[in-house]
Amino acid sequence: MRPRPAEWQLALPLGLAYAAFFLVPLLLLIVVSGFADEKITTPGLTQWRKFLGDSFTWKVIFDTVKLGALTVVATVLVGYPLALVCLGAGPRVQRVILFVVILPLLTSVVVRTFAWIVILGREGVINHTLLWLGVVPAPLRLLQTEHGLVIALTQIEMPLLLLPLLSVMSRMDPSLRDASAALGASRWRTLFRVTLPLSLPGLVAGCMLVFASATTAFISQFVIGGNRLVYLPLLIWQQSLVVYNWPLASAAALTLLVSVGFGVTAIAAVGRRSRAYAL
Amino acid sequence: MRVRDLSYSLVVGTLATVGFVVLIGPVLIVLVTSFTLGRSIKFPPAGLSLQWYQLLFDPVRSSQIHRAALNSVEVALVAMSVATILATLASVALARRTGPWVRALDTFFMSPLILPMLAFGLAALMYFTFLGFRPSLALIAAGHVVVVSPLALRTTSASMAQLDPALLESSASLGAGWFYTFRRVTLPVIAPGIVAGAFLAFVGSLDNVPISLFLAGPRSDMLPIRMWGMMESMLDPRVAAVSGVLIAVVLVLMLVMERVVGLTRRSLG
Repeated sequence: MRPRPAEWQLALPLGLAYAAFFLVPLLLLIVVSGFADEKITTPGLTQWRKFLGDSFTWKVIFDTVKLGALTVVATVLVGYPLALVCLGAGPRVQRVILFVVILPLLTSVVVRTFAWIVILGREGVINHTLLWLGVVPAPLRLLQTEHGLVIALTQIEMPLLLLPLLSVMSRMDPSLRDASAALGASRWRTLFRVTLPLSLPGLVAGCMLVFASATTAFISQFVIGGNRLVYLPLLIWQQSLVVYNWPLASAAALTLLVSVGFGVTAIAAVGRRSRAYAL
Repeated sequence: MRVRDLSYSLVVGTLATVGFVVLIGPVLIVLVTSFTLGRSIKFPPAGLSLQWYQLLFDPVRSSQIHRAALNSVEVALVAMSVATILATLASVALARRTGPWVRALDTFFMSPLILPMLAFGLAALMYFTFLGFRPSLALIAAGHVVVVSPLALRTTSASMAQLDPALLESSASLGAGWFYTFRRVTLPVIAPGIVAGAFLAFVGSLDNVPISLFLAGPRSDMLPIRMWGMMESMLDPRVAAVSGVLIAVVLVLMLVMERVVGLTRRSLG
C-alpha cells in the first residue's frame, strides 16, 4: 500500500493563494493609510487625522451603519414570515419559494438595482399606481431618498438572509412544534418559544450577511441614493479612483472594515443574548 | 385562542406575501420593461417591441457591450475553474477535522463572504499597481478567485461531510491506494457538490462589482461596470435588454443545475 499523503497539505494551494492575493493586499491597506502624502512617500498620520477629524466623516460612518441596520430590520420583517410559510408548506410550495429566493440572488446586483430605478422612478411603477389611484397629486420623490434605498436593498439583500435561515429551519425537528401545539400553546407562543429560538443561529448568520452586504453595496447606494446620500463606499471610490488620494482611500476602506466588523459582532452578541433569554 | 391563531395567520401571511412579491416582482418588471416600444424606461411599457434587443445584438452599435460581456465570461470561466479546484482540495483537507487551527483556517477561507469586498478591491488595485502590473483580465480573475472560492468551498464541504468514512476505510482495507480511493470513492460522492459550487462561483464572478470596479480598465471592461455606466446620467434602455438576457441565461442555467445536481437543496448547504 502506498503511503497516504498528509491530507492537510491539500489546503495549502488555497491557503497560499489567499495569503498572496488576499491577506497581503489587506495588510497593504494599513501600510498605505500610514502615509501622509498622496504620492505615498512620507510616512505620517496626517490623512487619518484629516479623515477622522472631519465631522462629515462621522456622519457618513453613522449613516452607513444606520443603512445596514435598517436593511437588516426590513429584510427580517418580511423575510422571516416568508421562511415560516416555507417551513409549514408542502414540498411543491417549498420548491417554488426556494426558486424565488435563489433567482434574484443569481441575478446580477446591477440588474436588481436597475429594477428598482424602474420601480421607484418619477414615471416608475409606484408613482404610476399612486397617481392612477389618485392617492397623490404629483409624483413622489423616491429615488435619492434613504427609505427608497432601504426598500431596494431589502429585495437585493433578502436572499442572503433567507438561505442560512431556511437551511437551519429545514433541520429543525417538526415534532417539537407539534408538541407545543398539542400542549395547548397558541401559534404565536409556539413561534416565540419554540421556532424562533431554534432558528436563531440561521437568523443571526443571515442578518450578518445582510448587514455586511448592504453597507458595502456601492452601485446600489450610488445609483439609487444619488450624490446626496453619502456612504463610506462612495468616499472610498471618490478618493481612490477620482481624486487618487490612496492613503485617504485606504483610511476610509479600513474604517468600512471596522464598521462592518463592529456591526457584525453586535449582531452576534444580540443573538447570543436572546438565545440565553429564550432558553 | 382561535382568534390569536387567526391573527397569526393574517400577520404572517401578509408579511410573507409582501416578501414574496418584493423578491420576484422586480425581476418580472425588468423582463417586461425590456420589451418596451418607447424611447425611455417606464412601467408599464408603452407598447411591446424587440427594438432594444435588436440594438443590443447589433455588432457595430453595441460592440463595447459585447466586448465587456466576453471579458466577463472569460474571467468567470477562469475564476470558476481555479476556485473550484482549490476549494475541492481544501475541502478534502479540512473534512472531519477539528481543532483551533482548522476552525481558524475555515474562518479565513470564508471571510470574503462577510468582509466588505470593496475594501479588498481597493487593496488589490494598490497591490497590483505597486508590483508593477498593468490592468488586465488575469488580475481581475485572480481577485475573483478570492471572492468566489468560499462559494465553491461551502457546497463541496457540505458534500464531504456526508461522505461515510466507512467507505474510505473499506476501500483502504481492500488495498486501494489513497489516490485510487479519492478518484473512485470520494470524487463520485462529492461531485454534485463540486458542480453546484462551480456554478455558484461562475455566477459570483460574472456579477462581481467590488473587485471589477477597481481592477477593470479601458482595455479590460467588465459587464457589470459597463452596465453601471449605462445607468448613470442618461439611462440607456439597452440596460433593460442586457438585464433580460442575463435573467434568461441564469434561469436556464438554474433549471439545468436543478435537474443535474439539485441546486436549490444544495444552496441550503
